[in-house]
Amino acid sequence: MKNTRLHMLVCGGTGCESQGSDKLVNALNLVLDKYGYKEEVTVVKTGCFGFCEKGPIVKVQPDDIFYVEVKPKDAKRIVEEHVIKGRKVEDLLYVEPNEEEKLEKQHDMPFYKKQHRIALRNCGLINPEDIEEYIAVDGYLALGTCLTEKTPEEVIELVKQSGLRGRGGGGFPTGFKWELTYRNKNDLKFIICNADEGDPGAFMDRSILEGDPHSVLEAMAIAGYAIGAEKGYIYIRAEYPLAIHRLNVAIDQARELGLLGTNLFGTDFNFDVELKYGAGAFVCGEETALINSVEGGRGEPNAKPPFPAESGLWNKPTCVNNVETFANVPPIILQGPEWFGSVGTEKSKGTKVFALAGKVNNVGLVEVPMGISLRDIIFEIGGGIRGGKKLKAVQTGGPSGGCIPEKDLDIPIDYDSLKSIGSMMGSGGMIVMDEDDCMVNISKFYLEFTEEESCGKCTPCRVGNKRLHEILTKITNGDGTLEDLDRLVSLGEYIKDNSLCGLGQTSPNPVLSTLKYFRDEYIEHVVHKNCPAGVCKGIKRKQKEMKQQELKEQKQKEKEIQLH
Amino acid sequence: MKEQVKVTINGKEVTVPREYTILNAAVEAGVRIPTLCHLDLHDLKMVNRTASCRVCMVEVEGRPNLAPACATPINDGMVIRTDTLRAIKGRRMAVELLLSNHPTDCLICPKNLQCELQALAHELNVREINFSGAMNEFHIDSSSQALVKYQSKCILCRRCETACNEVQTCGILSALNRGFETVVGPAFNLPMVDTSCTYCGQCVAVCPTAALTEVNHVPKVWETLNNPKKYVVVQTAPAIRVALGELFGMEAGTIVTGKLAAALRRLGFDQVFDTDYGADVTIIEEAKELMNRLENNGRLPMLTSCCPAWVSFIEHQFPDLVDVPSTCKSPHIMLGTLTKTYFAEKNNIDPADIVMVSIMPCIAKKAEAARTELAIDDHDNVDIVITTREFGAMLKEAGIDFDKLPDEDFDNPLGESTGASIIFGTTGGVIEAAVRTVHDWMTGEDLEDVEFTALRGIEGLREATVDINGQEIRIGIANGLGNARQLLEEVRSGESKYHAIEIMACPGGCIGGGGQPYHYGNDEVVKKRQQAIYEEDRRKTVRKSHHNKEVMKMYEDYMGEPYGEKAHHLLHTSYSPKERI
Repeated sequence: MKNTRLHMLVCGGTGCESQGSDKLVNALNLVLDKYGYKEEVTVVKTGCFGFCEKGPIVKVQPDDIFYVEVKPKDAKRIVEEHVIKGRKVEDLLYVEPNEEEKLEKQHDMPFYKKQHRIALRNCGLINPEDIEEYIAVDGYLALGTCLTEKTPEEVIELVKQSGLRGRGGGGFPTGFKWELTYRNKNDLKFIICNADEGDPGAFMDRSILEGDPHSVLEAMAIAGYAIGAEKGYIYIRAEYPLAIHRLNVAIDQARELGLLGTNLFGTDFNFDVELKYGAGAFVCGEETALINSVEGGRGEPNAKPPFPAESGLWNKPTCVNNVETFANVPPIILQGPEWFGSVGTEKSKGTKVFALAGKVNNVGLVEVPMGISLRDIIFEIGGGIRGGKKLKAVQTGGPSGGCIPEKDLDIPIDYDSLKSIGSMMGSGGMIVMDEDDCMVNISKFYLEFTEEESCGKCTPCRVGNKRLHEILTKITNGDGTLEDLDRLVSLGEYIKDNSLCGLGQTSPNPVLSTLKYFRDEYIEHVVHKNCPAGVCKGIKRKQKEMKQQELKEQKQKEKEIQLH
Repeated sequence: MKEQVKVTINGKEVTVPREYTILNAAVEAGVRIPTLCHLDLHDLKMVNRTASCRVCMVEVEGRPNLAPACATPINDGMVIRTDTLRAIKGRRMAVELLLSNHPTDCLICPKNLQCELQALAHELNVREINFSGAMNEFHIDSSSQALVKYQSKCILCRRCETACNEVQTCGILSALNRGFETVVGPAFNLPMVDTSCTYCGQCVAVCPTAALTEVNHVPKVWETLNNPKKYVVVQTAPAIRVALGELFGMEAGTIVTGKLAAALRRLGFDQVFDTDYGADVTIIEEAKELMNRLENNGRLPMLTSCCPAWVSFIEHQFPDLVDVPSTCKSPHIMLGTLTKTYFAEKNNIDPADIVMVSIMPCIAKKAEAARTELAIDDHDNVDIVITTREFGAMLKEAGIDFDKLPDEDFDNPLGESTGASIIFGTTGGVIEAAVRTVHDWMTGEDLEDVEFTALRGIEGLREATVDINGQEIRIGIANGLGNARQLLEEVRSGESKYHAIEIMACPGGCIGGGGQPYHYGNDEVVKKRQQAIYEEDRRKTVRKSHHNKEVMKMYEDYMGEPYGEKAHHLLHTSYSPKERI
């Protein structure tokens, strides 16, 4: 066996790869080879570390040194200094911006300090393209335990006890969903993994699939065993080529080792997984629309009931869970529901992965225990607002979430608290806005998105969102009236109350929440024809026109006076 | 007994079967909930359950949002309110939003006063549209010369899709685009003429607005009638006489044959003929053809060919089976041919001066008349086809008080008909008429009880065996193209056990045709029309096609041998495989 002295973990997520981490891996290998250290040092391309702001990342183990913004040209220095001479490469260490202090250990960095990694446990730790590495961190042990020691009912009970709720946005109790599907007897049932991540700027699911694909495959097999399904589909966006590649590698390897296929762990349980590609329609993240799409039909939702647990794919009982939900399952089986329940709040157990973006210093992927405050995420983990500006709002829950004002930042976040302040958990998008952002323009932006992404099936969403968007456009052009604000509220509430699926039922949230918390800005646009953040170009044009008109009138008046 | 549950609607408790929706329960409770996209085709066991229009929204206790009554199953103890301000506002807002993207040219719309959206706007007291804005603009597609698709008036109820894809299994219509631009149309929004559409018109029959209608050929008829150089002949299909009355406030199933003939004469047609004459000729030809196939080990089963939508269906969907249908032209085309040959010759009229107008329960007949392979000596057999609805509109336009018209007869010789030809208008009728003749010809008897009740009914798929001279003739009957598909799959796989199959594209046959007065899935209307058809048959003294004296005289004087050479030239046609788009 090879005696490895050092492991160099290089981030191979989409973000770092686009910054040249692939070349970096090659360069490291070349230099190591040149100096004859190939045997002693192993370079591992891992999944995402989450700290995308500072990518590409290289972590050297067991020295526990964390290098940031590493370029291929730095490979030489890392090998010469760190590997050969045993010295840290000082200028590649992370510098804490406030203290201007160099931090070499990952767990000392504020970005990681308050994080708690369950779903992302193996991202940045193992090579996702090597099943042996997954097995080395207890991979497939949970599946083996379930198949050989537990009945399906016991597995369901474990998941129910853990309090795990759907991470795709709805927050429906996962164990309960499994139980419903289990109870519907049928000769054929299906497991579907919803990997149709569509929120702008969100990449939680992509990172898990890129960094730890086996955890999802394992959890799908566990779910299959629990509900009585032998076939699973992963519905994944075709725009996720790296995740697709790694999933395909993982499926092949799992089949080779008999961890997918027939008679898993010597039992009579069979399970296999197939990928289905989505074309990027946002609404296909809604489970009935997703099922229609998998069947080859138009991606649009159906009225529920019947729920997929009763009649889903090909009218068979189907359990649809999100990627992140699945990633939580193996640790729950292995470490028990009590352990999982010890993290998070009473009604929202465990952690949540967020894609932190916008005007925050540390953009990236973070996994935090439920119940943490938004302030902690933004100011501790996120390192505060860029350029020392003032925070205005934070938007959670993707395009149909709401904008939360500064005053609510200390609320412990979970499914229910976010809902109570007019936003939602969603799948984990989190966009930070500062004083330069115009809230009217922001809600217009989101409405433009939902208007386009509406499947067009039901009237409130198809026509209503269009009208909402039109009114917002009118306001940002300086043509709005106070009545328009009332119309936004009545129409928005109507759409929420009457739409067919989750998309329409939440799409007015950005408008309604900004109207509630930032009404002043709307008033400023409507009454004073002014965009305080200076973002709305239409209103600037309007101001100019108004000024010209004024001048013209003044000149006219002067002329008249002269004539007199 | 089915399991019953209790629900409370607007404070009133009702006990209803568990499988009911809120809408069904409301009907029991005497509470009206307006609907738009919802369409329950009971007899076809097909429900348009898209729940997309959101017009039937109601409040359900414990549910955070409003529920669509048409698609929400009830459960025991459910408390429903339809009369709260929230529910009333919700329902009105849905219509308001639909109207905000809908042309408001109601006064000149082909569906004026027959439009469900218009009726709803009235019912829900919509007095203003608070949310006006951009509107979708689509061009009018009348490329098929049969049906008109005007997507600007589409409200996305998706009923046409259910009719096209589930009932008829043609698969032409589906939703296109996303968001506000979403609309229903064929693949790539191709012109309808470039698709495999059969023009059966079942989409038109269920469309609540004027997004799908027939091409209006009434102006052409007026023009022709007022052209002194033209000799204008009209014929009407059997299904018209049992449905036309509905357009003048009469009960469904009222027989108006005499008034119909009188009305046509008042409009100024030079000859008022009856498609039934053509139907009798069809039976003579088809019966001979069937006997010929039976005796000479020909292609079996033989399929009837009267229905142009069905013929188009087989050409597009089963191009490998185009040798299966009878080669007989359809009755109105035969009558057109005979008018421009036999009748023209006899009366010394230049066939080029004759304009043949067909009044049909059908939209596909418009496209059929334009089929070039049917033409004789370069002129069409039928020049203009109008539907029952168009004809009704024409009578109103002419100020004819239909109710007060006397009963008159059709003109001779091509107005002479039998009971056999009348039942052509219903499912099972063509094959029954054929059996009446085949029986007599094969046995040499003159059968007294002509009613083959085993062939009758309204179900989509039926079968019967008729014993003729010890030979069992196995007959299959399908109405609705989805049912036809089942029988055709059997023919394709060689499993079909039938000698003859009758197919009609529309549910119920021509009486349920796409050109008939709108009934929006009310099966009772179709059933009453069917009863009327059989009643009209019973009223006839002559009930077998080969007993039609004028038809047999035509063969003697002009055509020669039935199924003979001249008949082949004039009365038969061929089919060709077509692409499936």
